[in-house]
Amino acid sequence: MSDHEYTPKSKVGKWFNDRLPLLTLANHLTDYPTPKNLNYWWTFGGILTFCLITQIITGIVLGMHYVAHADLAFQSVEHIMRDVNYGWLIRYVHANGASMFFLAVYIHIFRSLYYGSYKSPREVIWIIGMLIYFLMMATAFMGYVLPWGQMSFWGATVITNLFSAIPLVGESITNWLWGGYSVDNPTLTRFFSLHYLFPFLILGLVVLHIWALHVPGNNNPIGIDIKKPSKDTVPFHPYIVIKDAFALLIFLLIFAFFVFFSPNILGHADNYIEANPLVTPAHIVPEWYLLPFYAILRSVPDKLLGVIAMFAAIFVLVILPWLDTSKVRSTVFRPIYKQFYWFLVADVLILGYVGAMPAEGLYLLIARVATAYYFAHFLIILPFLGMKEKTTPLPLSITEPILGGSADMAMARNNLDLKEKL
Amino acid sequence: MSDSEKKKPNRRDFIVTATAAAGAVGVGAVVWPLVDQMNPDASVKALASTEVDISAVEPGQSITVLWRGKPVFIKRRTQDEIDSARAVDLSELKHPEKDEDRAKNPEWLVMLGVCTHLGCVPLNDKGDYGAWFCPCHGSHYDTSGRIRKGPAPTNMEVPKYEFVNSNTIKIG
Repeated sequence: MSDHEYTPKSKVGKWFNDRLPLLTLANHLTDYPTPKNLNYWWTFGGILTFCLITQIITGIVLGMHYVAHADLAFQSVEHIMRDVNYGWLIRYVHANGASMFFLAVYIHIFRSLYYGSYKSPREVIWIIGMLIYFLMMATAFMGYVLPWGQMSFWGATVITNLFSAIPLVGESITNWLWGGYSVDNPTLTRFFSLHYLFPFLILGLVVLHIWALHVPGNNNPIGIDIKKPSKDTVPFHPYIVIKDAFALLIFLLIFAFFVFFSPNILGHADNYIEANPLVTPAHIVPEWYLLPFYAILRSVPDKLLGVIAMFAAIFVLVILPWLDTSKVRSTVFRPIYKQFYWFLVADVLILGYVGAMPAEGLYLLIARVATAYYFAHFLIILPFLGMKEKTTPLPLSITEPILGGSADMAMARNNLDLKEKL
Repeated sequence: MSDSEKKKPNRRDFIVTATAAAGAVGVGAVVWPLVDQMNPDASVKALASTEVDISAVEPGQSITVLWRGKPVFIKRRTQDEIDSARAVDLSELKHPEKDEDRAKNPEWLVMLGVCTHLGCVPLNDKGDYGAWFCPCHGSHYDTSGRIRKGPAPTNMEVPKYEFVNSNTIKIG
């Protein structure tokens, strides 16, 4: 938080600000001191805010034309696609927007993992972020059910049946979720209601996420504490605003490519067949952004343990700030962790790939190894590595590497070390 | 800054203006679909015309059909009603229109059964002119559907229609 007191220049502004300090807030947001070495991986916070707003606006519009009823939902979606003015555009932006949202959130999360943004004093930002991520998955899942196609119906059946794994009360819970004895109209109407509600919960959490961010300030690529405001910071406006806007434009190019040139490539053809409770499609897969967790679920041969493993895969991320024992934030100064980081990236990508493949033979074996490695990374490697790893020396400030004549301080130091060894 | 420098736009001015212009076009292109989606859609427009069978309508009888969600009165007028509608002096009318223009085929009067005051449906065979009377705020219409007394500003609207054959009218 900026420590200086702000007073509006105009009399009206002062009168208003004394009663509701919105102008003080605006001033804080524009002047907010930001580390000047933030790279483009830091622009995804802004991109994600854009994604959320886009989903809410297009979603409200779709809600004007969509009918949440088992007999009418599928037709109403086709009505949106064919009859409603620009309905095709708005629906394709919403459907692909979900994928773009997850693409951005995964980059955002892996940015945090690389630069140690989850570490003290930013644990609460991280936990709120994980809550947002969890709500995003729930929202996306329920949204995918609404068109009431075959994938909607059977996806809903499979995911809600996860809860039937709970001993004793499992069946009662699934019946309660469904409002009946199978996925049917009551399930559809409640999913629609919650799908409309959750984005606003996410919006509230985003406000808390940003608030919590503005207490310690941004982490940065070299992960050291900075004094604010100082020579190490620049004001948020115009520096970060322009940089975020430019990154957003590039992101929109990719977004627009999907919407206008391959709007269905991330979906499944089966979802253009109306839901049929008598026939399951030959190959059921969730949307791409849920595949790694789906792979973990399927890799465990026991129903209850599979469900536990899947939820544990998310929960292990929540407690990550206490699993990583290293005090050094940025991976730039952690040569061994850097390798494990990329192993994890590869591991999650592999899990995503096998999640899309049939759960049999070699795929199943790969899924099991990748699942085991996923948990080993967080539960074994991270705690021990933090204690054992010899990190490279940290610079004293953001400005030091630049004044030292090298753009990348870590590289400079590594080169120096090498020369000494030679 | 000297005057000559002020007047001559530099490259920075050009790029700012060009960016703003491109941005305005982009914002417009995004906002328009979001606005236009609330306009009548293709399925609504597809219902824009209705064909009505009038073979069973006797002289003096009026039927009401639904067109674009609104009632349309189709009245087969008696000779008396036609005569009284055509005898009116245009200067007496609040909204002067000849009956000949409102009913090309004098026997058939086709008009939107919507009071031009605030949209209620007038009652048939009522009011001071023995034709239509709106119960909401007391507008009296004559046998040509023209406003004669009361708060309504204009005559009841005649929609676009045509006789497909002697027994069928196509509205819209």
